[in-house]
Amino acid sequence: MMWPLDLLILALVVVCAVVTISIRDLLAATMVFSVYSFLMCLLWAEMGAVDVSFTEATVGAGVSTVLFIAAILRTTRRSKD
Amino acid sequence: MTGEQMSKAGTSGIIVEMAVRIATPFIQLFGMYVIAHGHYSPGGGFQGGVILGSAFILLGIAFNQEMALRYFSERVNSILGSSGALIYVGTAVVCALLGGLFLDYSALDRVLPLGPVEWRSMGIFVVELGVGLAVMSIMTSLFWDLGSGGDLEKGL
Amino acid sequence: MRSLAFIAVFVTGALLLYGTRDFPAWGDPAAPAAQHVSPTYIEKSVEQTHVPNIVTAVLGDYRGYDTMFETVVIYCAGIVVIGALRNWRDEE
Repeated sequence: MMWPLDLLILALVVVCAVVTISIRDLLAATMVFSVYSFLMCLLWAEMGAVDVSFTEATVGAGVSTVLFIAAILRTTRRSKD
Repeated sequence: MTGEQMSKAGTSGIIVEMAVRIATPFIQLFGMYVIAHGHYSPGGGFQGGVILGSAFILLGIAFNQEMALRYFSERVNSILGSSGALIYVGTAVVCALLGGLFLDYSALDRVLPLGPVEWRSMGIFVVELGVGLAVMSIMTSLFWDLGSGGDLEKGL
Repeated sequence: MRSLAFIAVFVTGALLLYGTRDFPAWGDPAAPAAQHVSPTYIEKSVEQTHVPNIVTAVLGDYRGYDTMFETVVIYCAGIVVIGALRNWRDEE
């Protein structure tokens, strides 16, 4: 466990989370959320939980992004608030 | 064609289509590897099922909904999903009927004598296969319904 | 109203960070969570199930109920999405 790498990934995770909830464009928010999932995957892998990391990479960064984009293309891209 | 024209014509260009054509079998092979090799490496039914489902999602994105439905019809999808969930619960019930506890795979030794410990390993594999099938069909049908608005005629 | 919400979130976050102060260190073998069943799994899972990956052994065998109902939950979610979104064409 290398703490500088941990600290870097954690800082990026926090930045991505704040950007995801504050951005207006829902498509951009989805992409930033995908980056958030991938950073969480890196964090799990770095902590030694390889199975969790694998699930996060496939479900969080892969399929859920595609499902969000499909839902956005069928509804609206602008956030109301 | 520009991107606007291509999206109107419902195609994503010959490069993307050929790349998906070549990559899809390898994605499916990797998904099956992840399910079957879950005993020895990271992976298992859930992850492998999601990878297998993403291969069909990729077909639906790069081509269109009819192309995806030609290779994996709605009927086969529901049958595979239901049988995946049934394999898991059915294995547990069969274990209970054979005299063991619910989900105690070593009771399956009475069907085919391999030894109770070996049957616990085999039982985990059977169960992971069920999880993989269920997750694959559910992920694919989620994308179909969300991407086509429910009528399954036109994709994204 | 916004400042009130910000104060509530800030106080909750500070309390959570304060609560992690007496947690055991990461990967500490003397932590309470690593004392009860983890040594049994690590020592016995290979000879009891012949599965070298402990995570798979725990998910598929020791915690089989959990994985079973996880599958059932995913299946129910798929059924609900099909029922809510799909337009059934008249077949006849």
